[in-house]
Amino acid sequence: MNHKDNSKLGVVVSGSLSHGILARLDSNTSVEDITVGHLVTIQGNTRRFFGMINDISLETTDPGILLTPPEAGEEFLASVLRGTTTYGTMQIVPYLTLGSDESLIEGPQPVKSIPSHFSPVYLASESDIELVFGKEGSKNFFIGNPLDMEVKLCLDLSEFVTRSNGVFGKSGTGKTFLTRMLLIGILQTDAAVNLVFDMHSEYGWMGTREKASPVKGLKQLFASRVSVFTLDEKSSQERKVSTDFVVHLGYDEIEPADIELLRQTLNLTDQAVAATYQMRQRFGQKWIEKALALESEGETEDVLKSLNIHEATFQNLIRGLNVICRLPFTSPHVETRAVDKVLEYLQSGKHVVLEFGRYRDITAYILVANLLTRRIYSRYRENTEKAMAENRPRPKPLVITIEEAHKFLNPAVAGQTIFGTIAREMRKYNTTLLVIDQRPSGIDEEVMSQLGTKITCLLDSEKDIDSVLAGMSGKSGLKSVIAKLSAKQQALVFGHAVPMPVAFRPRDYGSAESYEEFGKMPLINDAKDLEDLW
Amino acid sequence: MDETSLRIAEVTQASTAGFFAQCYELFDLPALGSLIKCRDGKNEIVAVTCNARTSSLEPGRRPIARGKTEITEEDVFRSNPQLRQLLKSEFEAVVLGHSFDNEYYHYLPPRPVKLHSFVYLCNPDEIAAFSQSLEFLSLLTSARTEIPSEELVAACIRFISACHAEPATFTAAAGKKLAQIFVDDYPKLRTILLRLKL
Repeated sequence: MNHKDNSKLGVVVSGSLSHGILARLDSNTSVEDITVGHLVTIQGNTRRFFGMINDISLETTDPGILLTPPEAGEEFLASVLRGTTTYGTMQIVPYLTLGSDESLIEGPQPVKSIPSHFSPVYLASESDIELVFGKEGSKNFFIGNPLDMEVKLCLDLSEFVTRSNGVFGKSGTGKTFLTRMLLIGILQTDAAVNLVFDMHSEYGWMGTREKASPVKGLKQLFASRVSVFTLDEKSSQERKVSTDFVVHLGYDEIEPADIELLRQTLNLTDQAVAATYQMRQRFGQKWIEKALALESEGETEDVLKSLNIHEATFQNLIRGLNVICRLPFTSPHVETRAVDKVLEYLQSGKHVVLEFGRYRDITAYILVANLLTRRIYSRYRENTEKAMAENRPRPKPLVITIEEAHKFLNPAVAGQTIFGTIAREMRKYNTTLLVIDQRPSGIDEEVMSQLGTKITCLLDSEKDIDSVLAGMSGKSGLKSVIAKLSAKQQALVFGHAVPMPVAFRPRDYGSAESYEEFGKMPLINDAKDLEDLW
Repeated sequence: MDETSLRIAEVTQASTAGFFAQCYELFDLPALGSLIKCRDGKNEIVAVTCNARTSSLEPGRRPIARGKTEITEEDVFRSNPQLRQLLKSEFEAVVLGHSFDNEYYHYLPPRPVKLHSFVYLCNPDEIAAFSQSLEFLSLLTSARTEIPSEELVAACIRFISACHAEPATFTAAAGKKLAQIFVDDYPKLRTILLRLKL
């Protein structure tokens, strides 16, 4: 590979595979031009290495300089010392290598070696990026540009959707924009169908933007392929959203397991949760209706006695159930079940965004998301098992997007919720999660370690960074990169779907040109894609 | 040998690393740090001047003060013409390299310069050619002389830079080279660099 001379940054001077490579900056490379997160290539004698800069430091050959540094007016002295007696170094974590015959065919391979002394270090060129991350095509979706580069960074979305994934970042760092872009990517590359639990009504129709006009939602860009469901018809009408279905939940659709997940939000005791199962067993499908009626009919005592439920527990449960029943979108019975409608749309290949409108409180969100997901997942599981048994193609992968994921996946409930199951069982049944959260440390460790690809914007709590990087090799290096990302429009992607971690600037979303770009169908531009067509 | 070069002195004591030379004219000493050369067959030895002195021809006889009644210093010599015969100006030189077949080598010549070799001042073109490579700085900085070596190094770089088309560029490059040489001796490096003017 020919590199332009001006892209040479320095030479390798020491290092190890476990702790990374130390390179000394050339005297004409300003340490201020180097930023953590930059991708570099190191040209060894026989192999080329790809890595990421994760630390930069200033060094000196003589500690005496620290005692008598050049004073103001001694510019010549300072200019001579710069790059000679005082110099910069950068710490590089190598991730991939290319060189042997085998890897030339199979592409870059994970590193098992390090470059020799004095190997030159270059800024990764555009062709390097394309070699590692692939060119934009029918499977590779353009997600942004690596920091300080113009080249398109691509993500293999068909690979991405085979695992559960996470988007993390502090509030206001661009998680929603990133997610919207990923959803469009999944839609455009036809890698899967999306089901989005849109808590703040930002994905389906208009999305908000800080200090700027609102941005278009999925339905506005891909009207024929996206359907918007709503829990709050009034809010949708006010916002002039063209909705496809208004979701109502029947009490008879709610199972004890749904209540169990709401234990914290409804302030239920363990006994009250246990009582729901007994009620369900006793009264059957209409258990909520009957439990509420029980109180008014005055036969409570006998029934409670026979079920061995304490009066206080019952009252606790009734209070909780009343909260649910007060939700305007619930009623004792509904004709068309939302879950059937969602499945119908998903199976016909349409992407579904469920808006919550004004019902942003966490009770509604957890209830609806959990209820629908559990049923959809079980239907998907049946279909997949049937398809496997009959040797038919499996159903199209389904990606379920949830916000405030720590409410579903915190250590206390992750073992019980359907989301915990999906995150752990992964792709067996072609259903995966796209988890969006601002406090990843609140998510169960086991679930976090099972997430395939993680995209993270700025996080500054040490706990959150640690939990995002759990199970990642070279963790300490990436830590500094995450902590130094800009508060806006910068993110780091790593994990299953990318060959190596890379910090990037997400592609533009919100301008007329960007909509046009997103509207274009990807070109089939490589031989492999053509082969797939045959 | 370029015959236009100015002949200024003659070698009176020589070793591999340097030599002493006596000037033909009293007080006609080359400046500190200037480049001079001697011929040895096909070889030309390049050296830098340092530690010049003017003293009595006879080591035991010290000059005495004679100008009490004179008005100017020149009058002292005018009134005592014998003085020019009894005094000598001489200087020490440190070898920086040599040339053979018009090619410069920045390390010590195989043999020292011969006694009574003529000493010439290098002309600017020769100086510029010789200092194309900064390797001579290794010999220059390791010279052991009576004067502080920082003074010699700084004077020599100042002298050579004046012969380059872009003196500032040469001085900056020499500074960088010195920083490599004095990698663990910052005080010395600092002393020299502060004596170089851009």
